[in-house]
Amino acid sequence: MSKSVSLITENYNKYNPDSIDEFINIGGFTGLKNALNMSSDDVISIAKASKVMGRGGAAYPLGKKWEQAKSVPGDNKVVICNADEGEPCTFKDRSMLEKDPFRLIEGMAIAGYTVGAQNGYLYIREEYRHLHPQMKNAIKQAKEKGYLGKNILGTDFSYNIHVYSGAGAYVCGEGSALIESIEGKSGRPRIKPPFIKQCGLNLLPTCVNNVETLAIGTALLTHGAEKYLSYGTSDCPGTKIISIAGNVNKPGVYEIPFGLTLREIIYDIAGGVPGNKAITLFQLGGASGKIGPPSLLDTPYSYDDLHKVGLVIGSGAILVVDENMKPLEFLHSIQEFFCHESCGKCTPCREGNKQIAHILDRLLAKTQKDTDVDTLIRLAKLMSQSSFCGLGETAQSALLNAIRYFPEEFGLK
Amino acid sequence: MGSVTETKFEVLNDELASKIDKILSENAYDSTKLVGILLDVQDVVPKKYVPMDVAAYVAAKLNIPLTGVYDVITFYASLSEKPRADHVINLCKSIVCKTNNYMDLQKSLEKFLGIKVGEATEDGKFALEYSACFGACDVAPAIKIDQDVYGKLTDEKLIEIINSYR
Ligand SMILES: Cc1cc2nc3c(=O)[nH]c(=O)nc-3n(C[C@H](O)[C@H](O)[C@H](O)COP(=O)(O)O)c2cc1C
Ligand code: SF4
Ligand code: FES
Repeated sequence: MSKSVSLITENYNKYNPDSIDEFINIGGFTGLKNALNMSSDDVISIAKASKVMGRGGAAYPLGKKWEQAKSVPGDNKVVICNADEGEPCTFKDRSMLEKDPFRLIEGMAIAGYTVGAQNGYLYIREEYRHLHPQMKNAIKQAKEKGYLGKNILGTDFSYNIHVYSGAGAYVCGEGSALIESIEGKSGRPRIKPPFIKQCGLNLLPTCVNNVETLAIGTALLTHGAEKYLSYGTSDCPGTKIISIAGNVNKPGVYEIPFGLTLREIIYDIAGGVPGNKAITLFQLGGASGKIGPPSLLDTPYSYDDLHKVGLVIGSGAILVVDENMKPLEFLHSIQEFFCHESCGKCTPCREGNKQIAHILDRLLAKTQKDTDVDTLIRLAKLMSQSSFCGLGETAQSALLNAIRYFPEEFGLK
Repeated sequence: MGSVTETKFEVLNDELASKIDKILSENAYDSTKLVGILLDVQDVVPKKYVPMDVAAYVAAKLNIPLTGVYDVITFYASLSEKPRADHVINLCKSIVCKTNNYMDLQKSLEKFLGIKVGEATEDGKFALEYSACFGACDVAPAIKIDQDVYGKLTDEKLIEIINSYR
C-alpha cells in the first residue's frame, strides 16, 4: 500500500486548472464559504487547533501568526503569499501552482478574511514565470464568479489578489526583502523592528504565508481541523508536502503523514537509490537546511524527532546524496550557492561566505593551513549569530552539521 | 566581445518603444511593478537585455530615477545590462543537478553549441549561462531555455530541443 496520502493535494490531477467551474464541481470554495460564515476568531481557533506550523521554512505556528496579524490595529492590511521557493531541492509549491491554483487563491482569501486584509499579493519567482498566466487566469475567473473582488459572496468582505514576479534572487524569499521587491526595488532585507506584521508592504501591516501553508488553510476550512489531525502522530499531527530529489529512483512531490521514517520516505516512497548505492548524506529543508548521516535514517519525519538529532523539516525538501559524492564536495556546492545569493548588505554574510568558500577550496585540494578548520568553525558560528537576515544565519547549517557528523572530513578525529 | 559598440545608445527605436509602452500600460504605469516590467521589457529587446537607453526610457515613463531602475537591473540575476542572445540557455549547477551530473550535460551543450558557459554563439542565437536551482530538481540535471524547462535529456533529445529554437 502506498504510504503517501492526499489531503492538501487532494485535487491534484482532478480538475483542469484553467477552469473554475471544474474546481467548483469538485467542492472548490467550500472552505471560503465556511470561513465567511464564521467569525475570524473562529477561523483562528481552527488554525490553532490544527497545530499547523508555517511551511516556508521557519515553522511559525499558523494560528498564532493569523491571531497576531488580526490584532494589529489598522483598517488597511495586506496578505502576501510567498511563492518564491528558492531553496534548492524545493519544488512542492510549484506543484500547487501547477495543479491546484484555485486552492491557493481560496487560501489567500481565507487568510485575508481572517486577518482583515483588503489585498493579497502573490509573489512568484521568475523561474516559475511559465505558471504566471495560469495563476492570473485563475484570479480573473475567481473575480468574475464573485470569489474575489467587492463584497465576496454577498458579505462585507472585499479582497483582491495581485501577482508580482521575482527576478532570480533567493534572498527575496525573506519576508522584508520580498516586500522591497514588490515595492519595485532591489530585494535587500529591512532592519527589524519594525516587524512586517506591523509595518510591511507600503508601510501596512502585512501577513506573509507560504503557498503550502495557505493551501492547508483551505483544507482546514473545508474539512475541519479534525480531519487534518487524523493524520500523522499525536505529537506531530497532519501531513506535509515534500519534494524529494538527488540520487533517488523516483524524485518528485509527495504528500506524507508526519511520522514516517526517513528510510520509509527514501526507499518506499521515492524508490530508493539508483543502483542500490550507499547514501553518503541527506539534507532536509534545502541548501539552508541541515545534513545528516545514513545512521539517522530511522528518525521519524516530525518536528520534534528531527530536532532531537539536529535536523529540521524546513521547506520539506529531502535531498539524497549517494556515495559518488563526498561531504566536502557537497559542502562546496552549497557554499557556491550562498556566495552567489548573499545580497551583500551585511559583512558577516558577504565576507564570511567568501572566506568559507576559500577554506573549502583548500580542504578539497588538501592544501589547507593548520588554522583553517578553526577559522571555518569560527566563521560559521559568527555568521549564524551576527548576520543581518535569515540567509546568513542559516547558510552554514550544513557545514555545522558536517562538523558534527563527519568530523573526519575536517581531520577532527 | 565588442561590448563598446553593442552597448551603444541607439537600441531604442519607434517599434521597440511602442512594445515597451504596451508593457507599461498593461502594468498601469505602476512603478511598484518595476521588477516584472523589466523582465517583460528585456524579453522584447533583441539579445534579451536592458540597454541604457531603454532603462532611461522606462525610468522617464514611470517617473522614477534612473538609479532606481539600475538598482533593480543590477540586483536580480534574471536581468542583464549586457547583450546576451536570442535565446538564453540556463544550465543549473546547484546541488541536485550536481548530484545528477550536470557536468556531462554541460559538456554536451558546449560541444553542440561550440561555446563555453558564459559565451554566446557567433550567430547570436544562443547564450549559455549557469543558473542557480530553478525548481526543476525532479528532472535534474535541468536546463531552462528562455522560460521553458527541460530535464533528464539524452544527447539526441537535447539537440532536437535546441534545434527547435532555431
Ligand atoms: C533567505 C530566505 C529565503 C526564504 N525563502 C522562502 C521561500 O522561498 N518561500 C517561503 O515560503 N518562505 C521563505 N522564507 C521564509 C519566509 O521568510 C517566511 O518565514 C515564510 O514565507 C512565512 O510563511 P509561513 O509562516 O507560512 O511559513 C525564506 C526565508 C529566508 C531567510
Ligand atoms: S545575511 Fe546575507 S542576505 Fe541577509 S542581509 Fe546580510 S548579506 Fe544580505
Ligand atoms: S538543483 Fe538544479 S533545478 Fe534544482
